[in-house]
Amino acid sequence: MTLLYTEVEEELRAAVRDLLADKCSPSAVLDRVESGTPYDAELWKALARDIGVAGLLIPEELGGSASRKGGASAREAAVVLEELGRAVAPVPFLSSAVLATQALLTAGGDIAEELLGRLAAGEATATLAVSFAASPYAPPNPMVTLGEDGTVTGTVTGVIGAEVADVLLVPVRLAQGTGLCVVEASAAVRVTPVTSLDLTRPIATVSFASAPARVVARADGLEVPWVWEALVRGAGLLASEQLGVAEWCLTTTVAYVKERRQFARPVGSFQAVKHRLADLWLEVVGARAAARNAAARLADTASAGPLGDDAAVAVAVAQAHCGAVAVHAAEECVQLHGGIGMTWEHPAHLYLKRAKADQIALGTPGDHREALAGPADLPAPA
Amino acid sequence: MAWDEASVAERARAFLAEHDPAAMDRLEFLRARFDAGLAWVHFPEGLGGLGAPRDLQAVADRELKGTPDNQPGRIGIGLGMAAPTILAFGTEEQKKRFLRSLWTGEEVWCQLFSEPGAGSDLATLATRAVREGDEWVVDGQKVWTSSAHTARWAILVARTDPGVPKHRGLTYFVCDMHAPGVEVRPLRQITGEAEFNEVFLTGVRLPDALRLGEVGDGWRVAQTTLMNERVAIGGAPARRTMMGVVAETWRSRPELRTHDLHQRLLKLWVDSEVMRLTAVRLREQLAAGHPGPEGSGMKLAFARLHQELSGIEVEMLREDGLAYDDWTFRRPDKVDFIGREAGYRYLRAKGNSIEGGTSEILRNIIAERVLGLPAEPRADKDVAWKDLPR
Repeated sequence: MTLLYTEVEEELRAAVRDLLADKCSPSAVLDRVESGTPYDAELWKALARDIGVAGLLIPEELGGSASRKGGASAREAAVVLEELGRAVAPVPFLSSAVLATQALLTAGGDIAEELLGRLAAGEATATLAVSFAASPYAPPNPMVTLGEDGTVTGTVTGVIGAEVADVLLVPVRLAQGTGLCVVEASAAVRVTPVTSLDLTRPIATVSFASAPARVVARADGLEVPWVWEALVRGAGLLASEQLGVAEWCLTTTVAYVKERRQFARPVGSFQAVKHRLADLWLEVVGARAAARNAAARLADTASAGPLGDDAAVAVAVAQAHCGAVAVHAAEECVQLHGGIGMTWEHPAHLYLKRAKADQIALGTPGDHREALAGPADLPAPA
Repeated sequence: MAWDEASVAERARAFLAEHDPAAMDRLEFLRARFDAGLAWVHFPEGLGGLGAPRDLQAVADRELKGTPDNQPGRIGIGLGMAAPTILAFGTEEQKKRFLRSLWTGEEVWCQLFSEPGAGSDLATLATRAVREGDEWVVDGQKVWTSSAHTARWAILVARTDPGVPKHRGLTYFVCDMHAPGVEVRPLRQITGEAEFNEVFLTGVRLPDALRLGEVGDGWRVAQTTLMNERVAIGGAPARRTMMGVVAETWRSRPELRTHDLHQRLLKLWVDSEVMRLTAVRLREQLAAGHPGPEGSGMKLAFARLHQELSGIEVEMLREDGLAYDDWTFRRPDKVDFIGREAGYRYLRAKGNSIEGGTSEILRNIIAERVLGLPAEPRADKDVAWKDLPR
């Protein structure tokens, strides 16, 4: 296990970064956020099909590029997320290629495998119909019911990537226990966009009204193991997106304070400014170590197997740290840019909004810290 | 030859076969170990090393585990700071004369750098060395000198030319701590004890043969020492950590637990873990031959963590936190940041952000050397030291 980047990972990063530099400049992202189509379908197609990022977690046998021996893994998905975070790219990678993909991998079976093949090929885009604010430590009970006629009915709030999803993975309540259903987008599935804090990854309310569904997996009791696994793994990889957001904010701010002059000198020569940036740099250094550790631990545990304790701890540490670092970096970015940082025209706010939304997503830093009380052997007060 | 794990282990075993520590005087054993190149394997042959990669030292240490050691806690300044500087800048004669007794611990070293008027701005130091024939006459006052009272030798930076800007007028010496005119006084600190000393130098005569590096090149030589100091303070992997100590208190005293403390402690546990992972990644980068700038941040992170953790422990202890184990003015045998009791740890940790480069100076270094931010405008750069306002 290494916390460094491999050559293959660096090559993948370069390919994603080149594409994003070409198709996803800050001004292009800014133009899109107030259009009717916040997600960039064309960019997603290029990423998913041409570079093949949609299949990074999907086994080779099903058309993806993951394999036990030296194939792609959570490590590569993490590198892609760093780059997507750096560009606040409005693409459904996390919702489709991580969350929905992971739920399908955990559930297994013919229906899941057929859909995974479509996802890997970039022929379909999916999302997991669970609130983005759900914590892996307290997954919500299913809000949708599977009827006897094989259709699903109910409403899920706070879903990301739903506008561009051809397929929805829906945790459902059964007469007995719970299940995971595949629902194709249709007139019976209504996606209502919510005016969202994060302009580059908005949430939506998804309502199912007798929508035809196929059951992928069932479980006794109210537990939804597929959802839990997807949320934990998603949280671990989200740390890399947060790292990317923080890095953009740090780099951009450092460049700006070298240029911006007040009192006849660059504002970056004032210690009041330099020391804040040195502290932020140190936080980002820590974020990289923590995010890499989470990705490496996730890659080390079999793709659809149970999550080892080491991996769960690595995820919680990474989330507890990186969530706060991304927010701090974005806040410093706004502050140290001064007036221009407060304008709509400057992209800093896109990063602030993404960072703040990411802090809530898949468990807050506080949720992840509390989950560490057991592994750290720091028991709560009686 | 190119050394590897097997050949170093083989060499250590062969050495042990010929030198039975049970049948030998401790110092004789250590001298023999030095001569066998197993003291610090990355040093050159003949100077206690094998010219091997640094990470192979662990192999030698493992093979020689349980044999008499050189009590590294007692001679940290020599091992961590004097030795690398002597190796980098000493003459062959100086290396031969000093390194062996330094490593075996026969001769203790201390560091005469800081002065009452020169802390963060070390280059402004005022201790003068004036040349008289083959000798230098040294006058001045140094401070924060650990081990001065046990030291045989010191590394010393003194001003040899006040007529040039401050960085250019310095020269680096080895100072004989037994020379007439050297006076050592203990310096009591906020913990009650005296880990450090003040050293008064009055007409101390040092032969030119004790000069390390060129006249006027003392600042560059001192940089080597200071870089090694920060590595020694921030980079060493620890078996026992401040987090471990505080966690032990938390576990053993359930009646002290509150929700507020729990939240704060969990956050510091995460910070400790992130610092550990950062150090792991840093070592991986070093091993891969790409030392990253992360090293300069480690001491900063270490100081903050130590201070917050030790502070929370005293608070957690409530009435026990109102007591202190011992204010007696004494010299400790060794310094352990996480030793003694919570009150001591809290007070000692305050030094972690001052000694070996204050956290403010480290932030400047990160900002300027890592992030490339412009330096503050300087009033003292091109002015002769003697003309600086003071």
